Amino acid sequence: MPTFTLRVFRGDPTRGEFKDYRVEAEEGMVVLDVIHRLQATQATDLAVRWNCKAGKCGSCSAEIDGQPRLMCMTRMDLFAEGEPITVAPIRAFPLIRDLVTDVGFNFEKAKTIPPLRLKPPEPDGTYRMMQEDIDRIQEFHKCIECFLCQDVCHVIRDHEENKPAFAGPRFFIKLASLEMHPLDTRDRTAFGRTTAGVGLCNITKCCTEVCPEGIHITDNAIIPLKERVADSLDPIVWLLRKFRSQKTQPV
Amino acid sequence: MANADYETHEHDVVVIGAGGAGLRAAIEAAAQGVSVGLICKSLLGKAHTVMAEGGIAAALGNVWPEDTWQVHFRDTMRGGKMLNNWRMAQLHAQEAPERVLELERWGALFDRTKDGRILQRDFGGHRYARLAHVGDRTGLEMIRTLQYHGIHQGIDVYMECTIARLLKDGERVSGAVGYWRPHGKVVLFKAKAVVLATGGIGKAWKITSNSWEYTGDGHALALWAGADLIDMEFVQFHPTGMVWPPSVRGILVTEGVRGDGGMLKNNKGERFMFNYIPEFFKGETADNEDEADRWYDDKKSNRRTPDLLPRDEVARAINAEMKAGRGSPHGGVYLDIASRRPADYIRRRLPSMYHQFKELAGVDITKEPMEVGPTCHYVMGGVRVDADSTAATVPGLFAAGEVAGGMHGSNRLGGNSLSDLLVFGRRAGLHAALYAKDFGGPLTVDAGQVEAVAREVLEPFSRAGGENPYAIQADLQETMQSLVGLIRSERELTEALRKIETLKARAKRVRAEGARTYNPGWHTALDLRSLLAVAECCAMAALERKESRGGHTRDDHPYTDDQWGRVNVVLRLRDGALQLSREPLPEMPAELRALFQERK
Ligand SMILES: Cc1cc2nc3c(=O)[nH]c(=O)nc-3n(C[C@H](O)[C@H](O)[C@H](O)COP(=O)(O)OP(=O)(O)OC[C@H]3O[C@@H](n4cnc5c(N)ncnc54)[C@H](O)[C@@H]3O)c2cc1C
Ligand code: SF4
Ligand code: SF4
Ligand code: FES
Repeated sequence: MPTFTLRVFRGDPTRGEFKDYRVEAEEGMVVLDVIHRLQATQATDLAVRWNCKAGKCGSCSAEIDGQPRLMCMTRMDLFAEGEPITVAPIRAFPLIRDLVTDVGFNFEKAKTIPPLRLKPPEPDGTYRMMQEDIDRIQEFHKCIECFLCQDVCHVIRDHEENKPAFAGPRFFIKLASLEMHPLDTRDRTAFGRTTAGVGLCNITKCCTEVCPEGIHITDNAIIPLKERVADSLDPIVWLLRKFRSQKTQPV
Repeated sequence: MANADYETHEHDVVVIGAGGAGLRAAIEAAAQGVSVGLICKSLLGKAHTVMAEGGIAAALGNVWPEDTWQVHFRDTMRGGKMLNNWRMAQLHAQEAPERVLELERWGALFDRTKDGRILQRDFGGHRYARLAHVGDRTGLEMIRTLQYHGIHQGIDVYMECTIARLLKDGERVSGAVGYWRPHGKVVLFKAKAVVLATGGIGKAWKITSNSWEYTGDGHALALWAGADLIDMEFVQFHPTGMVWPPSVRGILVTEGVRGDGGMLKNNKGERFMFNYIPEFFKGETADNEDEADRWYDDKKSNRRTPDLLPRDEVARAINAEMKAGRGSPHGGVYLDIASRRPADYIRRRLPSMYHQFKELAGVDITKEPMEVGPTCHYVMGGVRVDADSTAATVPGLFAAGEVAGGMHGSNRLGGNSLSDLLVFGRRAGLHAALYAKDFGGPLTVDAGQVEAVAREVLEPFSRAGGENPYAIQADLQETMQSLVGLIRSERELTEALRKIETLKARAKRVRAEGARTYNPGWHTALDLRSLLAVAECCAMAALERKESRGGHTRDDHPYTDDQWGRVNVVLRLRDGALQLSREPLPEMPAELRALFQERK
């Protein structure tokens, strides 16, 4: 059985350091398995979040050898046996302990997004939506809220001061999914411009690169949002858009 | 009051658990205008519900207009081998469609039919294509919809907070005590009504699709508070979990794979399910491959494929094939969709299965068969509730979702859990709110009880030199896996109970190392209390039921026995001892009984 050196961050906001652990890994194991093995045998109090162990819940985000990743979807056979593997908590949020951070920022931002405002139903009382009209939004709904995109976004990663005025890529896709929702009637362009701070994004695409769900955050959500925000400042384009979007509503 | 020592919150209704059931309950209670607290062990949106894959069962009739609540009701009862609480099954079938449509009005986007309505897929035991779904990530859509709807309803959410005990004021429940996982401080919730929505118990087994959260807390909280548990012998082993590599053993492979055309095969390439069609389902199941294949396209003139028999039947068949030496190399059987469906169809319908096998097992399911085997998945048993109000047998206590018993009888049909969460989550929130509004007199909690829980919670830190919690947990999982698994016998169950006694003694000496801040070792030590309680209940009930039915198969009593079909096994704690009794099922009214005579 190959043995690896895991260099794991241990500590709390007052002090911390990377500690080396020697752990065996069987065929097919992922980083989270090895962390669990550590917990069971060498460090019972090692703090880590996880739930599904299958890339579905977005709990186990960490920075592995500097890369923001899900621990449960990172296979050990990616790494060479001799080199130490560093596992650190995601950096953009305040540390609680070891690999666990306080991601409360995201839950606060979530509350600010104006929710769906439902349009009236069809005359027969139902709502109809065509698959092709929701494909794009279903892509956004794949988000597992791992917050890795929030973690890498340079607007907030090392800039605490930007946090109040910036919702971050996770919430740009949330915003976009509501804006494009066939049943929604609310206009969130002003919100996107001011409260959410869409303008602060300069399309580096770092968020898209780390998204474990492969959501095209920048191309499919942020850029269209930016266009809408820009258009909303131009009354003629805005009117045209309203007119067009009404016509595309299913009858 | 002496509770000034602890952080204290007061609500009309406290909901413990923020999966589908808890969220739906909290939303409904808030809609009744009462103050609501919602508590969960993980972060919001990470409960088990997020992992549900295949879909949510509701007789919308979008794909098959013939589908009605009566057909759904009948399927559910037959799937549960008639042991279900008929009234729950009826309410569930009647209300599920409206609950699904309501989700859509809150923003959920299900896959669509050609004419723009909600698409439905085939699943085991459902007569018609009935499961509303979003690819194979239906639970994610459901929990996000409820979560984002819920955060605007004025509900106070307490996340990463674990409830350790309920509090009683005389007979009735008056609140709960727990601890914050991030900093480890004790917290007190005073409440007029408490809704349990804590999910299941699958972490007591070694091979399981369930996460660290599924330690049966709600079952144990209810039991310790004096409430009845029923049907604890019925545990569902899902037929298709991953078997390889070892580290992913147990992770779920959705039944949607079979719903969308996947076939089970043994190492000879035989579709063995044709050899395992039970008498009970003969009339509605194809007995040859040609008919089964035609059924996918023409459901009117063909009977359904045996690959989609209810889960208990399929799990037993797979087990038998493996035992007979016809299994796959890593101890499973094959599940093959690649030879029936084109690659783009598979990737579109089952994207997360594709991803999961590719990333974790290095298998391309559009080209090769998967290896699958049974995995512990769901507990049918739970808190005994009144069907209409979800009230438990202790005043002020309500339960909904997987923690509640009765709805699914001895075996749950796929897709019937997500709908159960919505239907009974809503009812729990409603009735808990009504109870709270009617509540007379002051809300008092007994400081002595609070103090006792606080002591109990902190005890593991004072046991230097005690046992490692993970070691005890692993031994329990091993015990349940080998002795209280898919196939059981008196000898093994007796042995299991003996071992659980030893484990209970060991758990009394369990230690926690380090400090109180985010300490999983300590949390695991505390979770052992409920894990051991539910394990014992399950083994006791399984020993009592001397027949085989649904999710309970006895080697020494291999047949279904009508006498046993009329009773639930009930467990309750009295004067510190577990008491077990057999109590009659509620009687189904004649007009519903007639549904089972009409059609084959
Ligand atoms: C992989 C997988 C796939 C599935 N697919 C399907 C499917 O396709 N269709 C279907 O119908 N069903 C499916 N199921 C079953 C279904 O998902 C679950 O039965 C259902 O989600 C349970 O929901 P719940 O609301 O009862 O509990 P959960 O969603 O599990 O939520 C439980 C909540 O209780 C909290 N909790 C527990 N204990 C405590 C405590 N002591 N203190 C505070 N909080 C606590 C947890 O933190 C969590 O928030 C699947 C299950 C799994 C595991
Ligand atoms: S593209 Fe925008 S949101 Fe994404 S990481 Fe770059 S700056 Fe941040
Ligand atoms: S958009 Fe992708 S990276 Fe960001 S939170 Fe969602 S799943 Fe994670
Ligand atoms: S544990 Fe759920 S995404 Fe890793």
